[in-house]
Amino acid sequence: MADRSLVETTWDVVVVGGGNAALCAAITAAEKGASVLILEGAPKPYRGGNSRHTRNFRCMHRDPLSVLTEAYEEEEYFRDLLVVTKGKTDEGLARLAIRESEACLPWMEAHGVRFQPSLSGTLSLSRTNAFFLGGGKALVNAYYNTAEDLGVRAVYEAQVVHVGIEDGRFTHVEVELGGETLRIAGKAAVLAAGGFQADIDWLARAWGPSARNFLIRGTPYNRGVVLKDLLDQGAESIGDPTQCHAVAIDGRAPKYDGGIATRIDCVPFSIVVNKDGRRFYDEGEDVWPKRYAIWGRLVAAQPDQMAYAIIDHKSIDLFMPTVFPPEKAETIEGLARRLGLPVPALKQTVEDFNKACREGVFHPTELDGLATEGVAPEKTNWARPLDTPPYYGYLLRPGVTFTYLGLKVDETARVTAPEGVGDGRYANIWAAGEIMAGNVLGEGYLAGFGMTIGTVFGRIAGREAADHVL
Amino acid sequence: MSSEATTPSLLQFAGDAEGEAAIAEARRQIEICNACRYCEGFCAVFPAMTRQKAFADGDMIQLANLCHNCRGCYYSCQYSAPHEFDLNVPAALAAVRQDSWTRSAWPAALGRVFHRHGVAVAAALVAGFAVLLLLIQALRPEAGQGFYAFLSHNAMVAIFLPAFLLPLAALAVGLRRYWREVGGAPLRGRHLAAAFKDAAVLRNLDGGQGQGCNFEKGDRYSNERRFAHQATLYGFLLCFAATSVATLMHYLFDMPAPYGLFSLPKLFGLSGGILLCLGTLRLAMLKTRGARALGAPGVWGGEMAFVLLLFFVSLSGLVLYAANSTTAVPWLLALHLGSVLAFFLLTPYSKMVHGFYRLAALAREAQQRAAKS
Ligand SMILES: Cc1cc2nc3c(=O)[nH]c(=O)nc-3n(C[C@H](O)[C@H](O)[C@H](O)COP(=O)(O)OP(=O)(O)OC[C@H]3O[C@@H](n4cnc5c(N)ncnc54)[C@H](O)[C@@H]3O)c2cc1C
Ligand code: SF4
Ligand code: SF4
Repeated sequence: MADRSLVETTWDVVVVGGGNAALCAAITAAEKGASVLILEGAPKPYRGGNSRHTRNFRCMHRDPLSVLTEAYEEEEYFRDLLVVTKGKTDEGLARLAIRESEACLPWMEAHGVRFQPSLSGTLSLSRTNAFFLGGGKALVNAYYNTAEDLGVRAVYEAQVVHVGIEDGRFTHVEVELGGETLRIAGKAAVLAAGGFQADIDWLARAWGPSARNFLIRGTPYNRGVVLKDLLDQGAESIGDPTQCHAVAIDGRAPKYDGGIATRIDCVPFSIVVNKDGRRFYDEGEDVWPKRYAIWGRLVAAQPDQMAYAIIDHKSIDLFMPTVFPPEKAETIEGLARRLGLPVPALKQTVEDFNKACREGVFHPTELDGLATEGVAPEKTNWARPLDTPPYYGYLLRPGVTFTYLGLKVDETARVTAPEGVGDGRYANIWAAGEIMAGNVLGEGYLAGFGMTIGTVFGRIAGREAADHVL
Repeated sequence: MSSEATTPSLLQFAGDAEGEAAIAEARRQIEICNACRYCEGFCAVFPAMTRQKAFADGDMIQLANLCHNCRGCYYSCQYSAPHEFDLNVPAALAAVRQDSWTRSAWPAALGRVFHRHGVAVAAALVAGFAVLLLLIQALRPEAGQGFYAFLSHNAMVAIFLPAFLLPLAALAVGLRRYWREVGGAPLRGRHLAAAFKDAAVLRNLDGGQGQGCNFEKGDRYSNERRFAHQATLYGFLLCFAATSVATLMHYLFDMPAPYGLFSLPKLFGLSGGILLCLGTLRLAMLKTRGARALGAPGVWGGEMAFVLLLFFVSLSGLVLYAANSTTAVPWLLALHLGSVLAFFLLTPYSKMVHGFYRLAALAREAQQRAAKS
């Protein structure tokens, strides 16, 4: 039985969602004096959505700042964004996010987030990305504690199913809570309920049936219910439903919530074959962090959305350890059998590849130009023959990080309304985080930018919503 | 374990299915952490684990003894239950650690009894009183000053010297086993120095940035446990110093007890007693607030009894001091000395061993750090 005070109060700001963007908005609004309610769809142990799987956020800075070294200025940051999005970004909003990120870091520290220098791992991002001590769940915990201290009310297992809008004004939300559907009234709403990647049917409608074989790296609770509800009410959308951030992860990862630990970093040192035992792309195209993201799509395009990265003993210590141990065999034939790959085909692929390798200096940490000759597709770096047993194989599948279709917002994070409603925007509805990330991330992904978008627009949304009410 | 292993595995000599299961479960969890590494900033366990990919039994025991059960990695973990990875690193390492102490105890049966059972600890305490009471009644000397009026100095030495040295010998046996299992190299002064330095500030309970641990306030940080622990540690050391100084004064300078208030033994003893008393009381209170499932639940009672025993040692010492020359002294003396006796004898078989193993683990960690760089 739900607490009556929930429904008897008209909340100043109702925040839908319980991840980074929602918390930044809630804290900001509460600090301005608003009464704030957080409706988090997930149960408490899973609170924080995808944010609890994150590790760092990308931050502009003109001088060394906290754990960040040197400088990382607006132009360089923006150029990095242009490269990954191939220009599909709203420059005004993107620059706003970038510029505001500088003030976010001290704000985060002041609200309980702790940063640490990146100590280990494969990425060297100490100039551009600030790492959370304990990762995203520690950040989420810190924010919930801060919010609680500010008097914010957080309710878990509160699935918002409908956002009530009358004449372009938000009036209430309908929430499924404890087996009931409650009507909770509010003066302003901040929508921060994430993307729709956990709704496999929606993914399948956008991507085709192959999407049913995708793994979802983050929370099962981001099913786009709120996004869909707004779109159904005519809110303007942005971004392409077929676009999402997908990487190649361990094929044995859980269907949901596998998080960071299921990544597989060995691709540059491997050959990657599909289930027919054939190579299909240059594994040595670039250093792994840069090419990490494209492999999701590459694997998604293979039969049954599966691929296999195969290395020999020379490479086993060159990358991060994996959660699940690789398949292992003394011969290529043996490995093919263990992986369920056609033995002659894989043997042929390896022989062809090995013949195409040439002498040269191998340099695991930089583009070493050690390329194949006369094999298609070629491998342009780190091409060494697979000749030292034991051989190891990892199953790869596409792992979806998040989707890009979202609500269109302006520079105050206010949600764009259908034609003819209000001044083109809803009077009192703001959006932050993945649910509006498509405004700035039309395609591709820039490590650490998801948290930047959520923090920047979450703070803006919280501030604007509180100002509107008070 | 395979028969070709050169050094006998711990599991081999113990033949302990529970220990084997604990190590296997901790290894499963540590392998997930090693692929994730989000918690690398909390304590020495994470940097230590990232030095390797595969973990032998000895490696797991070393990691387990490096863990100070701050619980930071539990509350920060994206994979804790109900997630199917079901991670609870503090509990998994506590289980391994507890098992390794219990088995390394010599004789092992005593470890099994006292680690687990608060009642057994209490019984040991009562036995301690009884023995001391009987002795005080039977051996009351003709003459003697202060407490020696009730039990002669020589009698005290005859009781407490073996009660002190025998446990130390038992501990030495356990520590030798430990060092062999974790593959320790010959110990250098600088490794020990590093270990003492870490222990002196309880570095691995500071959360990596001085914010403390997540023991008693759920996912909020607090330094209370760290401070309470250090009050206990330093209080204990001061009390120990008081006894040591008194012994030196007695034998080297021919200055037998009783000592005045402004003598070193009294100053050390009083300040140490108060610190120990407050520290243990606080530790016991905090212990009731921490989630039991994040430690080794099976030994909660034994641990609690041990903290309370230490509390009783310090409290009875202080009361004894306050009771100065009243008629209660003989009783109080028996209570205090009895609890000290129980405490000493229980050292290798109770939570007290953690200090010794932790130091060994910290020294081994310093050694491995040095070897890597
Ligand atoms: C494995 C992984 C690693 C990542 N690493 C990084 C990184 O290091 N740096 C980075 O910047 N980004 C990273 N990202 C991306 C990042 O997680 C997201 O961009 C960011 O967390 C989005 O925050 P958000 O608040 O918009 O959404 P979320 O944190 O996902 O929060 C959405 C919230 O809405 C709730 N919700 C959903 N539907 C409803 C509903 N109907 N009613 C009520 N509540 C609802 C959910 O339960 C959830 O709490 C990573 C993502 C994954 C999956
Ligand atoms: S405890 Fe959890 S979050 Fe921390 S390193 Fe291990 S797996 Fe990662
Ligand atoms: S509980 Fe604390 S000390 Fe133990 S491994 Fe986790 S973070 Fe380290």
